[in-house]
Amino acid sequence: MTMIREESGRAIITVIGRDQIGIIAWVATKLAEYNVNILDISQTILKEFFTMIMVVDLKSATLELVELANSLEQEGLTKGLQVKVQHEDIFTYMHRI
Amino acid sequence: MTITFAREEIQQTIKMIHEENLDIRTITMGISLLDCVAEDINSLERKIYDKVTKKASHLVTVGEQISSRYGIPIINKRVSVTPIAIAAAHLSSEGMVRIAKALDRAAKTLGINFIGGFSALVQKGFTEGDLALIDAIPQALSETNFVCSSVNIGTTKAGINMDAVKRMGEVILNCAQKTSAQDGIGAAKLVVFCNAPEDNPFMAGAFHGVGEPDCVINVGVSGPGVVAKVVKEFPDADFGELSNLIKQTAFKITRMGELIGRAASKALQVPFGIVDLSLAPTPAIGDSVAEILENMGLERCGTHGTTAALAMLNDAVKKGGAMASSHVGGLSGAFIPVSEDAGMVKAVEVGALDLDKLEAMTCVCSVGLDMIAVPGDVSSETISAIIADEAAIGMINKKTTAVRIIPAIGKKAGERVEFGGLLGGAPVMNVHPFSSKTFINRGGRIPAPITSLSN
Repeated sequence: MTMIREESGRAIITVIGRDQIGIIAWVATKLAEYNVNILDISQTILKEFFTMIMVVDLKSATLELVELANSLEQEGLTKGLQVKVQHEDIFTYMHRI
Repeated sequence: MTITFAREEIQQTIKMIHEENLDIRTITMGISLLDCVAEDINSLERKIYDKVTKKASHLVTVGEQISSRYGIPIINKRVSVTPIAIAAAHLSSEGMVRIAKALDRAAKTLGINFIGGFSALVQKGFTEGDLALIDAIPQALSETNFVCSSVNIGTTKAGINMDAVKRMGEVILNCAQKTSAQDGIGAAKLVVFCNAPEDNPFMAGAFHGVGEPDCVINVGVSGPGVVAKVVKEFPDADFGELSNLIKQTAFKITRMGELIGRAASKALQVPFGIVDLSLAPTPAIGDSVAEILENMGLERCGTHGTTAALAMLNDAVKKGGAMASSHVGGLSGAFIPVSEDAGMVKAVEVGALDLDKLEAMTCVCSVGLDMIAVPGDVSSETISAIIADEAAIGMINKKTTAVRIIPAIGKKAGERVEFGGLLGGAPVMNVHPFSSKTFINRGGRIPAPITSLSN
């Protein structure tokens, strides 16, 4: 089986939803569980609306990007949070010439 | 490592993928069958099956891996092969059907959803193999699930082969009759081309041209929903601004194709051919080319102004897309299939869009009269005449045009046909009641056009 070589092992996680205590703690705990390393976090509150953008490294992750995305997305919904995970290359290709 | 993207950029991309149906429509592997040629049909069948299943053995898994890794849906994985009328030129029409079945088995083994290339290029005339293949099309398409067929009947350099046009009218009708229990789906897997591209990744018209390498990866992107959204967000933009917005969006969409194409090419160790930067709609709500045109300010797609709107859209998509990819090819433009586009279907249903307006629209966009259902009592000569009109537009304008038309056997204008899946469903559209029989029966070739004196 031909394995795909990673261009970059980084992904961008976005979390959007009503502000509540423990959002970052929840995401960070989940990521630690899957051995995903957090590289950077940027977070703001706009009119009680929480938005967070996180850069993570998936190199030593114990699961595929899509599995991580599904896991966070589903658990996020129960907390009223919209969580998306996309590979960093997508943003590089789209927004950088 | 710091975040190097603006919040807006990140959110825009996420919205495109999760709310506006941005996806990779197809990764298509082109495979040459020229080295499979064998006198004996049994060994020819075996060699074709073996080569296709060997070359594309990882196509589906790699497609799924890339989709998982990037979190971008890749809807279809497909294969296109050398036109069978060339690779199996010595066969009879029974032999051609056997090859179609071998291709079908290969597609099933691979888990791909279509295999294209049951094709012939007859713009200037027929070989024995071309005739055998064309005769075999109705049976081949009714007895296989995955095989797609195309016939190129004209080019700007050769003119239009009107004998082939006549024959294809009969073949299309026969395809629909043979698959009438499934609303004529056989005809939905058959495309008649003028100026067919050799590197098109989209079905049903994909085949692997003889000028192509042994094996190649071509990618077709999608994204009408993304463009529709942008156009809607700027109701007051004038056409210069609007064109710029569409260009920027097309650039971003095409970059996705470039990324996925390169990743697939690398993983499969197959050269990367082209990105086809077409706007390909699906029956899903919000994934419609008609909606883009309506968002520009037309009450319904098909009304006066539609051709101008489409011309602008098509040109802006090409301008934006061309810069986004190292190699652009295939059909590259906005598609206007009726059954595959909920907005087009709606426009037909309310009487805003008819066959004549669709024909006018094909003058300024990719590709042609596509996925159009016509009454089942249509004559083969009328279908041929529709093909001739469309081919003339392609020939004179030096562009690809195509006809994929489905006679709805036993149905009249206003009734519906359903194909399901990406092919969708559509209302049956009226054709002109006046005969073209004598015109079509003349036969011969329409000469290639002069390319100076260009008015």
